[in-house]
Amino acid sequence: MNKIVKFYHEMGSPPSFYRITGYWLKPFFVLALALTVYGLIDGLFFAPPDYQQGDSYRIMFVHVPAAWMSLFIYAIIGVCGLIAFVWRMKVAEAVMMASAPIGALFTALTLLTGMLWGKPMWGTYWDWDARMTSELILLFLYIGVMGIYSAYDDDPRKAARLAALVAIIGLINLPIIRYSVEWWTSIHQGASISLMGGNSGIKDWSMLRPLLVMALATKFYYLYSMLHRARNYLLRTEQNKSWVMRQLTEQ
Amino acid sequence: MTPTRKRRLILISLVIFGVAVATAIFLTAFKDNMMFFKSPTEVSAQDYPQNRSFRLGGMVKEGSLKRIENSLKVQFDVTDYGADVAVEYEGILPDLFREGQGVVAIGYMASDQLFVAEEVLAKHDENYMPPEVADVLQTQEQP
Repeated sequence: MNKIVKFYHEMGSPPSFYRITGYWLKPFFVLALALTVYGLIDGLFFAPPDYQQGDSYRIMFVHVPAAWMSLFIYAIIGVCGLIAFVWRMKVAEAVMMASAPIGALFTALTLLTGMLWGKPMWGTYWDWDARMTSELILLFLYIGVMGIYSAYDDDPRKAARLAALVAIIGLINLPIIRYSVEWWTSIHQGASISLMGGNSGIKDWSMLRPLLVMALATKFYYLYSMLHRARNYLLRTEQNKSWVMRQLTEQ
Repeated sequence: MTPTRKRRLILISLVIFGVAVATAIFLTAFKDNMMFFKSPTEVSAQDYPQNRSFRLGGMVKEGSLKRIENSLKVQFDVTDYGADVAVEYEGILPDLFREGQGVVAIGYMASDQLFVAEEVLAKHDENYMPPEVADVLQTQEQP
């Protein structure tokens, strides 16, 4: 138990966060790369075609993990925003602001691959159904969080708190995206896979495997990229502190 | 927890609660507008916007698809197993369009009986499987 408490306190302080996460970057990057390569090859060449959509459904192996990440990262931003707002933790601010561009990227990727998939299957790139509209709003929320932060540039800590407020309020959009296909009629189909069990729409393991591998790959990519950015964020915002000096002169 | 932190936590909780309630009220009030399409049951009960186009969604009824010769015109029935609406469409249908599949048609009611579609979108479900598995499932269902 003591170890967990110690670890928690270490991760909360910028110098030890910087030191500890330095060891994680390389393994996360290697894992992300290896899993992406394996997942894409598995998904594009070894997974069987779909009985309805043929080979077109393979874009799912990018679209679905990207969509999961767009929600997952926003949830992290919201929680970090709450911690930053109430407890004023610097590391939470760093993680929040480091996550925003990555989340925006995954959201844009989700929208883009969705459009490319929608045209041949549904017959349209875009339509204002609840799922697509709420995912587009998510992209605007990410941009809003980043925009508010950079608009207030004389005090990064205050800027982070303002951005946190936007992030927390935006959390309300997550359940709307998740349940949009159940609450309202839409062109987008329901969820094929759910954490809460229920009927799975993908029962074939050779189809499910690349999807899960890609989901894992995007998680590791996020961790790698986010930690990298968060470390830089801490160096920048703490540049007058002695630990940054020590860190930079050591290397 | 220090009093300042407690105050901030209460403040932010109230903000979240307020926004959640406002959103819930908003979404309930505009529930009809959030719906992407009307079902055949609603349409046959005359519950559709007059004088403007709307979306009709349902299944293409098995055995109802008719192609009109020497043209791109097709006729089919859209059903939700409660009611049917006849649809007429001229143009290219999406790849996934087939009998027994979900479809969303954008158009207007030319009469009480006929929906004239300007655009037809296919809708697919959340099930993915290899063709062999689908074949096995189908042969199991048939006997």
